[in-house]
Amino acid sequence: MLQKILFGNLTLQAIPFHNPIIMGAALFMGVASLLIVGALFYYKKWAWLWREWLCSVDHKKIGVMYIMLAFIMMTRGFIDAMMMRIQLAVASGNAGYLPPEHYNQIFTAHGVIMIFFMAMPFMFGLINIVLPLQIGARDVAFPFLNSLSLWLSVAGASLLNISLVVGDFAATGWLAYPPLSEMAYSPGVGVDYYIWALQISGVGTLLSGINFVVTILKMRCPGMTLMKMPIFAWTALSSMILVVLSFPVLTATLALLFLDRYFGMHFFTADAGGNAMMYINMIWIWGHPEVYILILPAFGIFSEVVAAFSKKYLFGYTSMVWACAAITLLSFIVWLHHFFTMGSGANVNAFFGIATMIISIPTGVKVFNWLFTMYRGRIAFTTPMLWTMGFISTFVIGGMTGVMMAVPAIDFQVHNSLFLIAHFHNVIIGGVVFGYLAGLTYWFPKITGFSLHERLGKYAAWCWIIGFYVAFLPVYALGFMGMTRRLSHYDASTGWQPLLIIAMIGVFIIGAGFVLQVCQLIYSFKHREVLSDVTGDAWGCGRTLEWSTASPPPFYNFAVTPEVHCIDAFWKMKQQPQLAKQYEDIHMPKNTSTGVWIGVLGGIFGFAFTWHIAWLVFASFVGIIAVMIFRTLNLDTDYYLKAEEVAQLETQYAEAS
Amino acid sequence: MTDHHQHEADTRDLFGFWLYILSDCILFSVLFACYAVLYKNTYGGISVRDFTDLPYVFYETMTLLASSFTYGLAMISLQKNKLRQVIFWLMVTFLFGFAFINLEVKEFVHLYAAGHSWQGSAALSAFFTLVGAHGLHVSIGLIWMAVLMHQLSRFGATTFMKRRLTYLGIFWAFLDIIWIFVFTIVYLMGVV
Repeated sequence: MLQKILFGNLTLQAIPFHNPIIMGAALFMGVASLLIVGALFYYKKWAWLWREWLCSVDHKKIGVMYIMLAFIMMTRGFIDAMMMRIQLAVASGNAGYLPPEHYNQIFTAHGVIMIFFMAMPFMFGLINIVLPLQIGARDVAFPFLNSLSLWLSVAGASLLNISLVVGDFAATGWLAYPPLSEMAYSPGVGVDYYIWALQISGVGTLLSGINFVVTILKMRCPGMTLMKMPIFAWTALSSMILVVLSFPVLTATLALLFLDRYFGMHFFTADAGGNAMMYINMIWIWGHPEVYILILPAFGIFSEVVAAFSKKYLFGYTSMVWACAAITLLSFIVWLHHFFTMGSGANVNAFFGIATMIISIPTGVKVFNWLFTMYRGRIAFTTPMLWTMGFISTFVIGGMTGVMMAVPAIDFQVHNSLFLIAHFHNVIIGGVVFGYLAGLTYWFPKITGFSLHERLGKYAAWCWIIGFYVAFLPVYALGFMGMTRRLSHYDASTGWQPLLIIAMIGVFIIGAGFVLQVCQLIYSFKHREVLSDVTGDAWGCGRTLEWSTASPPPFYNFAVTPEVHCIDAFWKMKQQPQLAKQYEDIHMPKNTSTGVWIGVLGGIFGFAFTWHIAWLVFASFVGIIAVMIFRTLNLDTDYYLKAEEVAQLETQYAEAS
Repeated sequence: MTDHHQHEADTRDLFGFWLYILSDCILFSVLFACYAVLYKNTYGGISVRDFTDLPYVFYETMTLLASSFTYGLAMISLQKNKLRQVIFWLMVTFLFGFAFINLEVKEFVHLYAAGHSWQGSAALSAFFTLVGAHGLHVSIGLIWMAVLMHQLSRFGATTFMKRRLTYLGIFWAFLDIIWIFVFTIVYLMGVV
């Protein structure tokens, strides 16, 4: 009884001691954490870590931490992918090495991790680092909220990782369709972990969305009208508008699923008048915009990279902006194409099918703009450019298979088959991942002050591009052969095994690319003296304001607020002599630990709910409210950096470089 | 220069707050949509028509609207920098808001006691959730109001306190508007 009150449903049985794979992973995570903690003690870096990083409200540092989170989660998501590919390569006519209930958790975790805890943090990381610099701002609109968003994302990701060892994760697929995700069919804690990991990080995402919309619309430097913004800022604006409009839908939908599971309500249950289709509609009303939330910033990155390395103005800037706006709008009227087969009727399907096909028009405009930017450009074949060219060809294939499935009649044939899996990996890896990796390579010298080693980067990019095709072209074929998604094993007579083995080889080639990137990071860090960037314009062909300040930028970004008169302002500035600088006092936010505390309490709150530990739910909730109220009592949240200090710091930077 | 910065920060914050209100509006629109889909799915149980006492709901509505009116009076006193009046009117607003929550909880308890809980049917789930979500917002608004009253007496009617009271005012008016929709769609349309 006492145990029930203290620990809710949590018992020692929740830890799967009998499962060697999970225990191995737990051991690995435990040893890695111990090593990090030990190193922090050994080098006496705790105070530094806390003050300079964890409590930082500097958008550049927050961006770096987001990207670190993305890479940690990418590692786990990628290991999941390899486990699934190995399972399918061997499970022909036998059960393979993963029991179905474990396999189900793996594909669920893979999807959730890659979308919510790899792609989203990666995107927010890049936007955080680059966007304020591009629009000539000193910080984001709400620096504290920015830190809070980061720590809520970390809390969500931590819950997901804890679920690996304590209890289990959802085995429902990444969108947790009811009635399978209801208590009647998923009585374990898996779906609860899922709900709380997504709710907590989702609040962070929504806050970030609001933050960046305000930043872009209200904090551009003098002279930068909307149509003079760098294209990445435009794509980020479109994407953040989608966040503000769609994430409340996800929050509400998951909240209703939560009410069903915890309070026995009947929104989506199979009995008592519940309507599961409502969940499927609502989750996709969020889910379809979500894929555009991810891809639009990637489009922005490619646009910046293409213009920079072709040494030309982006072809058709205005049409690019309108294409973004069109995609933003259209992304809200296509959600039903995710379930043409679920009985909406021919006319409804026709509407959503046509709406889906229309999206390919603005996307096509973008592709031609990139091609025409390269046309007659003086192209420098750098790693970001390699990613971009790999993207254009790969994404066009993914786009075309998408248009195929937009035809309801064809969709009926390939719905839930591996053809679909190949399609969305084609656009997500070929579009989102290539884009973010291009952006990371492109802006890496800006963040750190040294470039990434080019040759290793190119090897990595080639591994990714070739690996992608080897891994996913067979998957398209398997889809046509009738293999459905989420199968853990299959009959040998299907003849699928050879193709699945090729797909597995493809994943290993991608894995080699991933390893090469880690090598590239280590190599570049060791040789950072040689690779260091002293000019601020690391590639020598920067066009936008982020390249006009030092690398890494001072914490106040710009000693003097820049003034712009045209698109690609820095390109113009480089061609004109600059006037002597007049420094002014700079207004800066103070660091705060509030975000960290709310993140920690939020994580505990989710964990307590997952295990039905009532007192802890209550205590952590009261804790969150108390920390927030405490924060409002603190009026000393900012300070002014005096003009003399700025002058002094600027001279120091100049001498150092 | 400090003033200039302050002004810019004010417009930024206000714009950000409006965006939050927009997102909350979308959250409620989801709940309304669910209600619209599910309100007929009574599964043999009772529907809104069977338990709605319109005069009671009207009384509830008037209580909430009165609280918005007195909030307006508090804001007028704030413009005139009359701190005690501000706190007085906030106190009245708080009491009205509290009375509203009280009435709502009573309705819920009454239903529950009569055996019509949220577990009864999808229609009841949707009803309790939509009305309850509004009530939860009002309750958060009440905590917020209490905190601001305390801060007013501590910091006085400073610029940032005026800003905070403006945000709460927007939030409070927003909840009124949501309630008007609840009143119309759930109760009025449920009865006729």
